Amino acid sequence: MSVPVLSAEGIALSYPGAPGPVLEGFDLAIRPGEVVAILGPSGAGKSSLLRVLGGLQRPSAGAVRMGGTVLEDVHPRLAVAFQDPCLLPWLTLEANVAFGLNFKRQPPVSPTERRSRVDAAIAEVGLGHARHLPPSALSGGMAQRTALARCLARKPEVLLLDEPFGALDEVTRAEMQDLLLKVVADFGTAALLVTHDIDEALLVADRVVLIGGAPARQVASWTLDLPRPRRDEVVTLGALRIDILKALRGAVRRN
Amino acid sequence: MNAEPQQRSFTAGADPASRARPKGAARSGRLSRPLLGIAGLLVLLALWWLGTDVLAAPGSFARRFSPASGFASLGGLLLHSDLPIHVYVSLQRIFIGLGFALAIGVPLGLAVGTFGTLEAATTPAFQFLRMISPLSWMPLAVMVFGVGDRPIYFLLAFASVWPILLSTAAGVRQLDPRWLLLARSLAATRWEMLSRVILPGVTGHILTGVRLAIGILWIVLVPCEMLGVSAGLGYFILDTRDRLAYSELMAMVLLIGVLGFALDALARALCRRWA
Repeated sequence: MSVPVLSAEGIALSYPGAPGPVLEGFDLAIRPGEVVAILGPSGAGKSSLLRVLGGLQRPSAGAVRMGGTVLEDVHPRLAVAFQDPCLLPWLTLEANVAFGLNFKRQPPVSPTERRSRVDAAIAEVGLGHARHLPPSALSGGMAQRTALARCLARKPEVLLLDEPFGALDEVTRAEMQDLLLKVVADFGTAALLVTHDIDEALLVADRVVLIGGAPARQVASWTLDLPRPRRDEVVTLGALRIDILKALRGAVRRN
Repeated sequence: MNAEPQQRSFTAGADPASRARPKGAARSGRLSRPLLGIAGLLVLLALWWLGTDVLAAPGSFARRFSPASGFASLGGLLLHSDLPIHVYVSLQRIFIGLGFALAIGVPLGLAVGTFGTLEAATTPAFQFLRMISPLSWMPLAVMVFGVGDRPIYFLLAFASVWPILLSTAAGVRQLDPRWLLLARSLAATRWEMLSRVILPGVTGHILTGVRLAIGILWIVLVPCEMLGVSAGLGYFILDTRDRLAYSELMAMVLLIGVLGFALDALARALCRRWA
């Protein structure tokens, strides 16, 4: 087994003033290029977990490691996509994708390199025709593609996605799921996808991790050693789906 | 297969026709809005004319303020006097006063909007100061800053800083917290947070403040210029009175209205461009 690109060891998280900890004793290791889906009932602490893994929130105990070193803060090779595309309305699509690349604490990138990275990211998500549009002119799916391109422009080793397709319609959602898989394959990026949708987890993940309970911890996990695309293989996945659904119901009860 | 789309296109063709009437009404409404505005202005002009030329007794004092002589004087003044220089001086004062108000109001508004304790500590004081007519500071301003442009800059800045400060603070409070989280996830420094997210994020609010400020500035400017300066629209109005040039006085009133209207239109255009 190869060295994990991102790992969590014994993560606990409690917010000051909250009755109990949100997370406790959480372990996870993501290998390079692996797609992991974190599944759990609403309010289980999935988003909190993602913030801890992304270095946006310090855990109360335990450590997050990125390539062996403890993560103290956000990391340039760790890109987070939020539930909402979170585009800045005063910037064009292109400028939104480039946003942050020239920040002082990011690894220095020459203007030429920056441009080529932005171009590549926009091309990857198929929005070359819309690059000069403001976010107000983009559909929900296009906005989410832009957010994904913004992550890609940073050439991340790990993509953390917090229910990024939750607000999209069925067709756009399926497109985005396919796009995510293409991106992961093209860029060799590992991805951690937080979701509450079992089918989404089954479609994209190499591994499904179920979290639940209060405080939340890892309840179960399944490795999906199945070829992609899996969209037409609902039948073969049916048994697994029922299995996960049962466990998810159990986790909801425990909540 | 072919019949159905044809049928659909038929109903689709009928629909816009039935919808055409309200659409046309909306278009004429859009057209008639400016026309109505012009009509209102003409009514105002007619009332003025009625008051000075029809209702006033022949040879009475009011006849000297008639619109005809006012417009004639305005043309003459703009072409053959140093009025353009006075206009320039007044506008320059407006923009310098606004500049000071922005330089003070925006940073202070950012701070007040960011720190809740500062807001709680300053709000009553700001509301208190805001409600004091800026003109009541005039004697004090002249004592402190002496005679000339400096007390005017002070008064103008003092009058217009409040809307800018308050709208900037409101803008900061309404910033989308997700933008800040995004910038944080990209390891933004404090300066990058301010210059790349907060300032662009509150620009719309600052421009709204500027628009309100311009309205106040224009109102405060004329009385401010009536004291201790020898140029500007306020000075010129007093000068026409002293020269008993009543038609010129009315010309000045007209000009002040027109310029104020233009300034507000400019500010509105700025707001619209950003929004």
